[in-house]
Amino acid sequence: MRLGGVCAAALALGACASMQPKPKPAAPIRINEDPYPSTYERYPGVPTFIRGATIFDGDGHRLERGDILIADGVVKAVEPNLMAPEGATVIDGTGKWVTPGIIDIHSHLGDYPSPGVQALSDGNEATSPARPEVWAEHSVWPQDPGFSRALINGGVTTLQVLPGSANLFGGRSVVLKNVPARTTQGMKFPGAPYGLKMACGENPKRVYGSKGNMPQTRMGNIAYARAVWIKAQAYKRKWDKYYRNGGDMPERDLAMETLKGVLDGKILIHNHCYRADEMAIMIDMSKEFGYKIAAFHHAVESYKIADILAREGICSAMWADWYGFKMEAYDAIKENIPFVHNSGACAIVHSDDPNGIQRLNQEAAKALADGRRAGINISEEVAWEWLSRNPAKALGILDKTGTLAVGKMADVVLWNGDPFSDYSRPERVWIDGAEMYDANNPKKRPVSDFELGQPGEGDVK
Amino acid sequence: MRGVIAAVLLAAAVPASAQTFAIVNGIVAKGDGSEPIPGGTVVVRNGRVVAAGAGVRVPAGAQVIDATGKWVTPGIIAGFSRLGLSEVDLSADGSDDTGNNGPFSAAIDVVPSINPLNSTVAVNRADGVTRAIVAPVAGKSIFAGQGAVIDTGADMDPVTSPRKFQFVELGETGKDKAGGSRSSAHALFRNALREAAELRRYAAPISAARGDTPDERERPVIRNPNESRIYGPDARRSEDVLLTRFDAAALVPVLQGRQYLLVHVERASDILQVLALKRDFPALKIVLVGASEGWTVADRIARAGVPVIASAVNDLPASFEQLAATQSNVGRMRAAGVNVSIGLIDDNDTRYVFEERQYAGNLVALTKIPGATGVSWGDALAMITSKPAQAIGLGGELGSLAPGRRADLVIWSGDPLEGSSAAEQVYIDGIRQPLDTHQTRLRDRYRYLPRRDLPEAYRH
Repeated sequence: MRLGGVCAAALALGACASMQPKPKPAAPIRINEDPYPSTYERYPGVPTFIRGATIFDGDGHRLERGDILIADGVVKAVEPNLMAPEGATVIDGTGKWVTPGIIDIHSHLGDYPSPGVQALSDGNEATSPARPEVWAEHSVWPQDPGFSRALINGGVTTLQVLPGSANLFGGRSVVLKNVPARTTQGMKFPGAPYGLKMACGENPKRVYGSKGNMPQTRMGNIAYARAVWIKAQAYKRKWDKYYRNGGDMPERDLAMETLKGVLDGKILIHNHCYRADEMAIMIDMSKEFGYKIAAFHHAVESYKIADILAREGICSAMWADWYGFKMEAYDAIKENIPFVHNSGACAIVHSDDPNGIQRLNQEAAKALADGRRAGINISEEVAWEWLSRNPAKALGILDKTGTLAVGKMADVVLWNGDPFSDYSRPERVWIDGAEMYDANNPKKRPVSDFELGQPGEGDVK
Repeated sequence: MRGVIAAVLLAAAVPASAQTFAIVNGIVAKGDGSEPIPGGTVVVRNGRVVAAGAGVRVPAGAQVIDATGKWVTPGIIAGFSRLGLSEVDLSADGSDDTGNNGPFSAAIDVVPSINPLNSTVAVNRADGVTRAIVAPVAGKSIFAGQGAVIDTGADMDPVTSPRKFQFVELGETGKDKAGGSRSSAHALFRNALREAAELRRYAAPISAARGDTPDERERPVIRNPNESRIYGPDARRSEDVLLTRFDAAALVPVLQGRQYLLVHVERASDILQVLALKRDFPALKIVLVGASEGWTVADRIARAGVPVIASAVNDLPASFEQLAATQSNVGRMRAAGVNVSIGLIDDNDTRYVFEERQYAGNLVALTKIPGATGVSWGDALAMITSKPAQAIGLGGELGSLAPGRRADLVIWSGDPLEGSSAAEQVYIDGIRQPLDTHQTRLRDRYRYLPRRDLPEAYRH
C-alpha cells in the first residue's frame, strides 16, 4: 500500500517509471570473524615490587640486582634501584631470577589431555587431508590437569594449542592464557591472531596413504595442498568482490574461510615440518599462493638451511635433543637451536609434550650449552628470547607480552635460582599481574575439576 | 664411524690387564649415595676400579689423566630401557625390534634384538650412559620375556648379563593383554607359575637326561643356569596348559628365584597385589617397575623389601592408574626406606636414556620446594648408577667407584646432574670410548653454511 502511494506521488511528478534507478546491490554483510570471542578477564592483582633479583627482560638484557614493579596488570618499571611505591607488596628477590613468563608455541594441552583416554582424544580430525575448518579451541578441555603443571613447574603463562599433524591442513590453533577457566573462551588470549596448522612429511602421507587415499607420498602432499590453495584463492576472489561490490552473498565455506584468513594475512601459518628440503618446498608454496609462514615447528633440520630461514624471516620452533623417533627426525642435532640463532634466524624452544612443557627452561639450557661447546657464545639473557620473545613474535602477540617492556602484560616468573639450571623452579608466577602460583602457599595452586576428590588432590606435583 | 669402531676393537685386543691409569684432581662422586669429593683420585687397573676418593695414592707407572675442574662419576646406568632395540621408532621398516607379535612370550630372550651399532647406543654413550637394563616389550601375553644388562661400548659384545630377569605387565597394559581385567592377568600369572612348577616337577634332571639322550650333539650347550633349554625335550606335562613348553620352562628360574621378576605396575592397588604374590611365591625376586602411585603405599613396599625402578618426574594423571602421580614419588618412597632407582618406563625408552641425569637433578630441585620431597645430590646420582645395579643383583659389579667394580667412568665438564654438562671422556671396563655420533658428524658438516667449492656432501 505504502509503496503504491509513494509511486503514485512520484508518478504525479512524472518520474516514477522512467527515472527509477537500477536497483542498487545490497550492501555487503561482513562475516563475523570472531564468533567465539575471548571472555578472559585478568584477575585482580596487587601492586608488586620485586627487589634485587637477576632480571632477564626477554629483550636480551640482564639486570643484576634489578627491581621490577608490576601493577594494574602490566609491567610498570624494570630498573636498578627503584623505589617501592606505597602499599605495594615487596618481595626480596635476592639470589632469585625474574623473567617473562614462558610461552610454549606448540602444545596439545586440552586437545590431547590427561588422562590420555580415547574419550578425551580430540587433537586430530583425521578424516580428510585438509580440515582447515576445524578449530582447536572447540576440542580444548579446560579441565586438563596438564595446564597446572605447565604453570607451576614450567612457568608457562601463554601457550598455543594446535591441532595434530595427521592432516596437511590440521585446523586453526588457539592461543591461551594459562589461567584456569570454566570455558575455553575464558582462557583465550584477547586479541591474539588465529593460527593455521599445516604439516608436511611423514604424518599426512602415512595417515591417508595407509587408507589408500591421497596423499600417499610427499609429492602427493604437495599436490594436494596446492590444489586446496587454488580453491582458496578463488574463494578469496569471490568474497573480495562481494565485500567490494555487495550483491548476493556467496555461500560460506568454513574450510575456505580459514584459508582466506591466511591469504588476507590475518591468520598465521604454523607449519609442522622436520626436513630442510621440505621446508624449502613449503617456502616456495607460500610464495606461489601469497602467504607467509610464521614458524616451522619440530624443525629438526633448520640448522641445514638456517641462512635461508633468516633471509625469509621464518621462525623455527625446536626441541633441544629429541632425535630419531621417526625417520624425518633422524638428522636432529643438539646444536640445532644455537645454530639457527647464530645465523640470525628466529629460534624458539617448544615442547609438543605435556611433560616437556614443564621444563622448557632446562631444554634451553641444554641447547645453550651445546652451542657454547660448538663455539657459539650466547648469553643466558639472550637465550631467554627463545622462550618468550621469539614465540610471542611468531604468535603475533609480541606487542602484548613476551618481554618485560613497560606497559606489557605482567606475565612474570620469579625463579628460586638460575632458570638455566636443573635445580631451579618457579617460586611465584603472575599472569596479567595476578599471582597465579606461589610455592609457599598451597592455596595459590590450581587444582582442576578432574583432580578433586582423587588420590593426590592438591598435592605438590 | 666404522673406522672408529675398528680402532676401538683393536684397542680392546690389547690386554686390558696391562693398563693402569689414574684420574686425578677431579670432583669425584662415587655413585654410592655419598656427596662429591673435591680433589679426588680414581685408580683403575685391569678394567676395574682399584680405589677412589681423597688421598688415594697414584701407583707408579700409572697413566695420569688430569681432571682439574671436571667431575668424575661412574657411568650412568639406565634403570629400565629399550636401548639397542630400535634405530628409528616409527615408519622405518626393519629398524625397530620392539615388536612382539610372535607365538612366544616368557621364552623370548631380548639379546638377539640388541644391535650395539644402533645410533641410539652411540648417542647415549656420548652422553655418559655406559650400561642399560633392557627389557623386551610385551606382545600378546602379559609376559614380555627375558631382559638383559648391556654396555654401550663401541664393540660387538654388548651383553653384560643375559636373561637377567623376566618382565611382566600386571597393570593396565597387563589387563589389556590378559583380556580386559586385572583379575584375568593375575589368573594368567598364577597359572603360568603353576605350569612352570609342574614342568620342573616332571622334568628329568640334567644328569638323568644326559643318559637318555641318544646323541650328545643334539643337546644344547648350557652356560647359564637361567637358560631354559636345560629342560629337555622329554619333560612331561599335563594336558591342562596354556603356555607353550618353551614359555613354561622359561619361568622355572623365576619361580625358583634364580632370575629376577620385573613387574610393571603403576596403581597403588596393583602394587599391593604384586607384593601379595611374594607371600604366595616366597622365592620370587620381585622388582617393581613404574609405581607412579608408590608413595601412597611406600611403607608397605619398604616392609616387603622390594626394590622399585621408577619414572623420575612424571606428575600427570596420564592414565587412571597414575592419578596420584607426583614428582615427589621417588623422594617419598626413598624417605620411607624403599630402594629406589630411576628408569624410563614406556616413555621414549629406546633412545632418551641420557635424560635420566637431568631428571635426577630435578629430584634434587624438589628439596627446595615446600611440601615436595626431593632427594640429596648423592642419592640422586646413586639412583642412576649404583641403585639400578643393586636392584637386579649386580651392585657388586656395576654402578659405583667402590674397589673391584668395573671401571665404567665418565669425566664430565661440570655437575653431571645439570643437563648442560657434557661427558668429555667415557670409559667402559676401563676402555676409553669414542664419542662421535651421526649427530656430531652432521654438526660439523653444517657448522658453517656459506657455499664452498663443493657441496656439503663432500665435507667428511
